[in-house]
Order: sequence, then structure tokens, then C-alpha cells
Amino acid sequence: MKSDSNLEKVLEAGHFAVTGELGPPRGNDVEVVRKKAQYLKGIVDAVNITDNQTAMVRMASWATALIAKEMGLEPNYQMVVRDRNRLAMQSDILGATALGINTMLCLSGDHPRFGDHPEALGVYDLDSINLLAMVKKMRDEKKFLSGADLKGAPRIYVGAAANPFGDPFELRVLRLAKKVAAGADFIQTQCIYNMAKFREYMKQAHDMGLTEKVKILAGLTPLKSAGMANYMATKVPGLDVPQDVVKRLKGVPKDQQAEEGIKLLLEQIQEVKEIPGVAGVHIMAIEWEHMMPEIMERSGLLPRPQL
Amino acid sequence: MITAERKPIEEIMEYVAPFKKILLLGCNECVTVCYAGGRKEVGILASALAMAMMKKGQKIEIDEMTLERQCDPEYVEELARVIDQYDAVCSMACGCGVQTVAARYPGKPVLPMVNTEFMGASEQQGVWAERCRGCGNCVLAYTGGICPIARCSKSLLNGPCGGSDNGKCEIDPSVDCAWQLIWDRLKSLGQTDLYSRIMEPKDWRPAGGGGPRKIVREDLMS
Repeated sequence: MKSDSNLEKVLEAGHFAVTGELGPPRGNDVEVVRKKAQYLKGIVDAVNITDNQTAMVRMASWATALIAKEMGLEPNYQMVVRDRNRLAMQSDILGATALGINTMLCLSGDHPRFGDHPEALGVYDLDSINLLAMVKKMRDEKKFLSGADLKGAPRIYVGAAANPFGDPFELRVLRLAKKVAAGADFIQTQCIYNMAKFREYMKQAHDMGLTEKVKILAGLTPLKSAGMANYMATKVPGLDVPQDVVKRLKGVPKDQQAEEGIKLLLEQIQEVKEIPGVAGVHIMAIEWEHMMPEIMERSGLLPRPQL
Repeated sequence: MITAERKPIEEIMEYVAPFKKILLLGCNECVTVCYAGGRKEVGILASALAMAMMKKGQKIEIDEMTLERQCDPEYVEELARVIDQYDAVCSMACGCGVQTVAARYPGKPVLPMVNTEFMGASEQQGVWAERCRGCGNCVLAYTGGICPIARCSKSLLNGPCGGSDNGKCEIDPSVDCAWQLIWDRLKSLGQTDLYSRIMEPKDWRPAGGGGPRKIVREDLMS
């Protein structure tokens, strides 16, 4: 084992993994974190703690991760290259792992332009692939990026994101291959709504031998309403929400759209389970953490393995 | 070339308010090419400023002059014979020009009339776009001649982020995704293998991270 990560244990034992997501609050209220964490406790193998997602300032990812950890969850510490240079990233990784964080996810991060401080300078000292390689180097070679020896090296299971729906499509699997070459142990994908395209992506990944080298978790986000479906379809760059998905939610009365969204999610879970090379699901219930117990209950994915 | 745009007239009026007689100084290089601070723009600003100040009931005397290059001491020397007549020099050159003039004439206020923006190229009449960040270690040989540092909004070295949408960048549909351009060109060059190579973390020292940059060519020094 490369780490003490529960996610690593579950995936390496060959179980179909389930990860969730917890967005840190826009303030320092610990109770908000605890409440969200309570909904996820015991029903997912790890929970992604987002890092200033959508470029909005929030409680630090590592700090939120530690609160979740205290409550018995396995945090997947997200780190974006937008807000830190290589010095800050390495010191945060050392601090986070010293305090028991075992899993992390390396990301580029949304551009500052979208957030609450659009005037900010995006750092982008490294890109997400450089960050992955740096974490692997710290763990496996016990060295800083500079090459100097670490006195105490992190044991951490390291992952990356992949968006099968960004353009150019033919570059997407090649970019995945680079992330695998750089050291990704696992991948969590962008939310999938276009299942045909995802199948094609997975086929390409499988044909290149990537699914043997990396554990791919299919990203899914339940749609709470037709409005949200429409928003995801038209306003979020790099997402592919086919019109029939939007129509399906629009086709039911407003008070039943949330239920329809959950039904769709449950069907998607079954569909991705059948796709060769999919090692698990990453369910991002955005500001809907309280629905996760019901979703997981109905998904047939409970109980989670205790390893 | 270096691109620039003239500052708003209100800001310029604030700068010149304390002075009675100024020299409006153009530059015949980059700022001429991008219509920001050449001889013609000096004339336009001189008239606009005189009128705006008159409207406010403030009197100012403005002389016009345009140097071949404001970033070169040889040309800046030409000012020596006239500069004493003026309370301030209002430079329409880029920041390099403003500073060269200021360094040569320590007692004279030298004020910027333009905002210096980026190193760019002309895309069409009236449109300039950023092409180079001057990072000091050119990677264009590996990226089909399209710069990911200057043209990707996140300066990503290893491919497009998840926000590349139909060839456009997530920040704005009017911005091309640099990695889409790179990929298209690598394909047309038959060099798609270059994409698989992982570009290592960039050394930002030659890009300015190592402090102010300087080129010293001893073979040219006298």
C-alpha cells in the first residue's frame, strides 16, 4: 500500500468504490462542516473536500478535511494550482499528511475570473500534471520537487480529475494518459450526463491500457431540478448535458423533479457499473449532502466495505 | 511589439493639473504601430487636453515632440536642449520609454500617458492580441508554434483544462483555447507525438521570478 487511505484499500481490494463531496463553508462555522459530514459518514469510502471551488474563498480544504477526519470520514483533500506556488503546495502537503490526511486530488481549479475575487492573480506556477508528479516524487522518492531530501515523506494516495467532455475530445484520453504517467493512482471524472460519449472515452482508455494502471471513478451529480439541468447544459463550460436529460426533468411537475433527478442518478450508477474499467463512482451532490443517505440507501451500494 | 492604450483623459488631466507648460512626447516605435502614442496620437491628445483643460477654466501650454525611440538613451538625449522650458514631460511611450526619459532628466517629472499592456501581434486592422509573455525560455518548438504561457488563461503546460469548449476558453467565448490551437496545429504538422511528452515544471527565473532581468552582451559593449 502506498498510503493508509481508505479509498486505496477499497479500490485495491477490488470493491466498487463510492466517494462523495463536501464543499467547505463561506465562513469559519465548524458546525456547517459537521452537519454536512454527518450526512456522509459511513456511506462513502472517501469524501472530496473542495478547494475554493468555483474560485470563491471558502474555509481551507485541509482544515475542513481535518474536521471531517475527526468525525470518522476519510477526506480526499483537493488542491488546486490556482492559489499556491510550489513552495506553498509542498508545505501544505507536508502539513496535511502530518495530521493524518491520506488521500488527495490534484486540480487546475476554476479560473479566478469566475469567483468572488476576479481581480486576483492566478498563480499557476505548476499545472495539475506537474503537481501530481511532485506529490509522487515526495511520496516515492522522498524528495522535494527541488531534489532535496525530505525528512519524513508523505504517504498519500494521489488522484487527478479528468473531463471526458472537454474539447478537443480526441485529446482527452491522451491527457488522461499523461496524468497516469505523471503518477495518478486514481481518477475522478467530471459529471457525466452523456453516457454514450463516456462509454467511448472509457473504450479508448481501456484500449490504451490505462484502466489497468489507474482506478477510474465515474463522476455523477444529481440534478435537483429542470432549472439546474438547463443551467448545467448551457452555462457550465466543459459539461455535456444532452437535451433528452433536460427534457426528462422538464417533463415532470416541479415538485417531482428532484425525485426524477435521483432516479436518473440511480440509473446512471447502474450504467457506469457495467462499463469496463470503471472502478467506482464519485457522487457530487452539490449543496445536497443531506440527500446522500437516501441516494446511497436506494443505490444498492450499501453497506460500504470495512477494511 | 509592445502594445499600449492611451489613458482616460480624466486621469491625464489630474496628472497635468499642477503644471503650466508641458511637453507631450511621442515615440516612433511600438506605440506608433499600435496607434497609442505616435506623432499622430500626440497631436490628438494635445488638442483634446487643451480643450478639456480650457473647459475647466485651467490654462496649460502644450508643446509636441516625437522621438525616434524613447527607450534608447541616444534619442532621449535630443531632449536636453529643450527640456528646461517645461514643467513636466508627458510621455506617450511604453513604460520603458517613460523610465528612460525619467532616468536621464532627474529633476523633471515624467508622466505616463498610456497604459502599457502586452507583447502582441496585429490580428486585423484595429485588433492586437497577446502572443508572448517573455518567459525567457521559449517552448514554441514543442507546441506547434502557439504559446501556452501567453495564450492559455491558466498557462497550462500539459494540455487543456476541462473548460475547453468548442475551441474556446472557459473564461470567455471570444478567447480561443490555446490547447485546441496547439492540438490542431500539431495534427497538421504531423507532430501529435509531441503532446505525450510531459512538460516539466517551468523555471520562472528567466520569466522575471528571479528578479529584474537584464541582457548583457559584452561583445557589443564599448
